[in-house]
Amino acid sequence: MVHIFKMFDKYIALDVNSGCVHVMDKLCYDIINFMNVKNFAPTSSEARFKLIDDLKYDYDRTEIGEALDDITELYNDGLLWSKDDFKVATDLKKNSPIKAMCLHVSHDCNLRCKYCFADEGKYHSEKGELMTAETGKKAMDFLVKNSGKRKNLEVDFFGGEPLLNFDVVKEVVEYARELEKKYDKNFRFTITTNGILLDDDKIDYINNNMGNIVLSIDGRKEVNDRMRYRADGSGSYDRIVPLFQKVAESRNQDKYYVRGTFTRQNLDFSEDVIHLADLGFEQISIEPVVCDEETDYSLREEDLPKIFEEYEKLVKEYVKRIKEGNGFNFFHFMVDLEEGPCIIKRLSGCGCGCEYLAVAPNGDVYPCHQFVGHEEYKMGSLHDDKGLNQELRSGFEQCNVYTKPKCKDCFAKFFCSGGCVANASLINGDMKEPHKLSCEMMKKRVECSLYAKAALAED
Amino acid sequence: MKRIKTLNSASLKESACKGGCGECQTSCQSACKTSCTVANQKCESNK
Repeated sequence: MVHIFKMFDKYIALDVNSGCVHVMDKLCYDIINFMNVKNFAPTSSEARFKLIDDLKYDYDRTEIGEALDDITELYNDGLLWSKDDFKVATDLKKNSPIKAMCLHVSHDCNLRCKYCFADEGKYHSEKGELMTAETGKKAMDFLVKNSGKRKNLEVDFFGGEPLLNFDVVKEVVEYARELEKKYDKNFRFTITTNGILLDDDKIDYINNNMGNIVLSIDGRKEVNDRMRYRADGSGSYDRIVPLFQKVAESRNQDKYYVRGTFTRQNLDFSEDVIHLADLGFEQISIEPVVCDEETDYSLREEDLPKIFEEYEKLVKEYVKRIKEGNGFNFFHFMVDLEEGPCIIKRLSGCGCGCEYLAVAPNGDVYPCHQFVGHEEYKMGSLHDDKGLNQELRSGFEQCNVYTKPKCKDCFAKFFCSGGCVANASLINGDMKEPHKLSCEMMKKRVECSLYAKAALAED
Repeated sequence: MKRIKTLNSASLKESACKGGCGECQTSCQSACKTSCTVANQKCESNK
């Protein structure tokens, strides 16, 4: 499968199965398009004859021959229309150990963000529960015990707002440090916070102990404060911006993300990304909202043209700033073409429900943070000896790009790995039915990131 | 090849031979909590 597209002045081809990206002139683009539409191999003599006949009024015959020779050479080298022989690799993910955990240390929150998938931090429960240190430590024991030979173990302190339970966070970190010596493991901690309770002591502790910090902010003041506000209605922007700037600088602009959400109410979200860059942040992630489709801020199919336009506007500015020496990273445009993840990881993605789990404050175990509070997806509890629900686990384990019919012919499948399983399950009721709107946005982001690679590779 | 510039090697095919160690970061642990973005993660064995 070869996916071709034009963005700005670039004609680009992605050979899906080899992962090769080619930048070309319009003639080569037209030839590949011809081969795709007619389903010809470039080596076929019939293809050559029909191609010349098809393009003879637009191009010189010698030029067509030269371009076709180049395309044939790439085809013969396995860099265009290469075969998909990865299906066998799906077996390699079976019975994989657990290596990552989202630890919900707090189901309470000091903000009332309108779009919160966590039900304003409470995850569909009545009270704002905090995790005890005992449960947090049990979670670390559980992770180590089920991690097999994996050395690197990841724990994200999540909520609600984890800083509301920071003493427990510290106790769990210290306990895990003891475990890593005893069992030869390497814990990597992340904390995801809205920033309201950050202070110098907490920043110091996080910098000394956490490999990553995710700082929630949506962008421009009016955009952020419309969605991210306290119980009394006051916005969070003025409080968090100076604190986040301090965090970013104290971590040398590395190993953190300012992370936000865009909704139907700020479809011009490229302005929010640029605003964050102008505030001095160099690691930025802004994602589409995931919410009930009936809300007035949910994204809809009719919004896609505007969203695509915004991604293009953003990538243009992203490339421009990198070229000028004042660039920033946008999480969803980052693609490592040479040293990215192996195909085995790309087949099944985040590993939720098997490699990656979430633990609620009461010790209940779920496939990932988005499933927490959805009882039908509860996989077990840390407080009994019953172990995990193997039927549920097996369902998640079998989730990969080959078991999702919609992924079969999609060019982006090895970039998104079949999309977010939680979105598929919770929106479509079927973990093998990817969320269409998310797919369309993902495909656009892949094209933009490949365009950025092409533009930055210019001589 | 004067009309086509190839930006990278056949990295996916190569990774099928040496990949699968499972030591890499889980995507939702970095910055995506509501979508699935995998291709921007780093391979640990290439570090």
